[in-house]
Amino acid sequence: MAGTSNPTQIDGQLFEFLLRQGDNVLVLGHRTSEWCGVAPALEEDIALTNTALDLIGQTQLWLGYAGEVEGKGRSANDLAFLRDVYDFRNVLMLEVPNEDFGRTLMRQFLFDAFQVPWLTALCASSNQNVADIAAKSVKEAIYHLDRSTETVIALGDGTEESNARMQSALDYLWPYVGELFGEDDVDKAMHEAGVAPMPATLRGDWETTVNSTLSQACLTLPDSKFAHSGGRTGFRHTEHLGHMLATMQTLQRSYPGAAW
Amino acid sequence: MSKEWPLWEVFIRGQHGMSHRHVGSLHAADSEHAIKNARDVYTRRNEGVSIWVVEAEQITASSPSDKGPMYDPARDKVYRHPTFYDIPDEVGKM
Repeated sequence: MAGTSNPTQIDGQLFEFLLRQGDNVLVLGHRTSEWCGVAPALEEDIALTNTALDLIGQTQLWLGYAGEVEGKGRSANDLAFLRDVYDFRNVLMLEVPNEDFGRTLMRQFLFDAFQVPWLTALCASSNQNVADIAAKSVKEAIYHLDRSTETVIALGDGTEESNARMQSALDYLWPYVGELFGEDDVDKAMHEAGVAPMPATLRGDWETTVNSTLSQACLTLPDSKFAHSGGRTGFRHTEHLGHMLATMQTLQRSYPGAAW
Repeated sequence: MSKEWPLWEVFIRGQHGMSHRHVGSLHAADSEHAIKNARDVYTRRNEGVSIWVVEAEQITASSPSDKGPMYDPARDKVYRHPTFYDIPDEVGKM
């Protein structure tokens, strides 16, 4: 594709790339925020809310820059609150319901284990804005990974019930992890422009982290290689994203333009 | 056996050169977990550069009922304060 792409195509693909980054953290941030006030312990409640706020902060940077690149005057808020399901570009794993504390933390862990090497690689992006956002975000991601790793091990290697819940969370989420390493024209264009590595090149790092943590957590890696897809291209989201957006966007939908 | 996490006392150093100050307590499964919880509960508004946690039951405290014998004898020993010296004006502020 390189050489045949004109600048507009590159901008269009950069916009798609930025939506993927922003929507991942927006959707996970919103899901995490659903624990506010109802987490199993006060300390976890505050920690999860901090994580949610970190993710929403990262969203503002990614979607803010996406709006600039798009050049149609849309702000981060417009992109977050005024797009519909099929305009979202997050991976499917992040939009499925929290279910219980175990699945919430397992998902956080599987995503953090990707996000840390991914953001670390983006710090060397040829695009200075991407590199700057990654450098700010990666410190938060490292702490999130620290925390989710510890919780996955504690619950996996905990009681019979906590182990069973973590195993069932892992089994449920496993078919969704493959999408993190998907590749399409947007990935290739970003790779050729030096903006980002191909996600698949991070799979080895990710597997090292995941295998070591899950074995300490006394959990069994599912055998299946099946991978759902459709979230990061917007082709097909799960039924859950629409419900989530209905809650998340209700204020802007009911009172368009409402501001503090 | 209680299923409640043990209680930890949290000490935070606000800036380099200052001493750690007791800021409160929280529950956590172990000391590493307590440090992380303390980070999230007590430093989220940029309050600290260092955290200590101590399991509350490891702290030995003086008993409030011993207050008389413990502290009253020191109340009338004013000569233990360095307040009986005349400081020449030339010394300035001490």
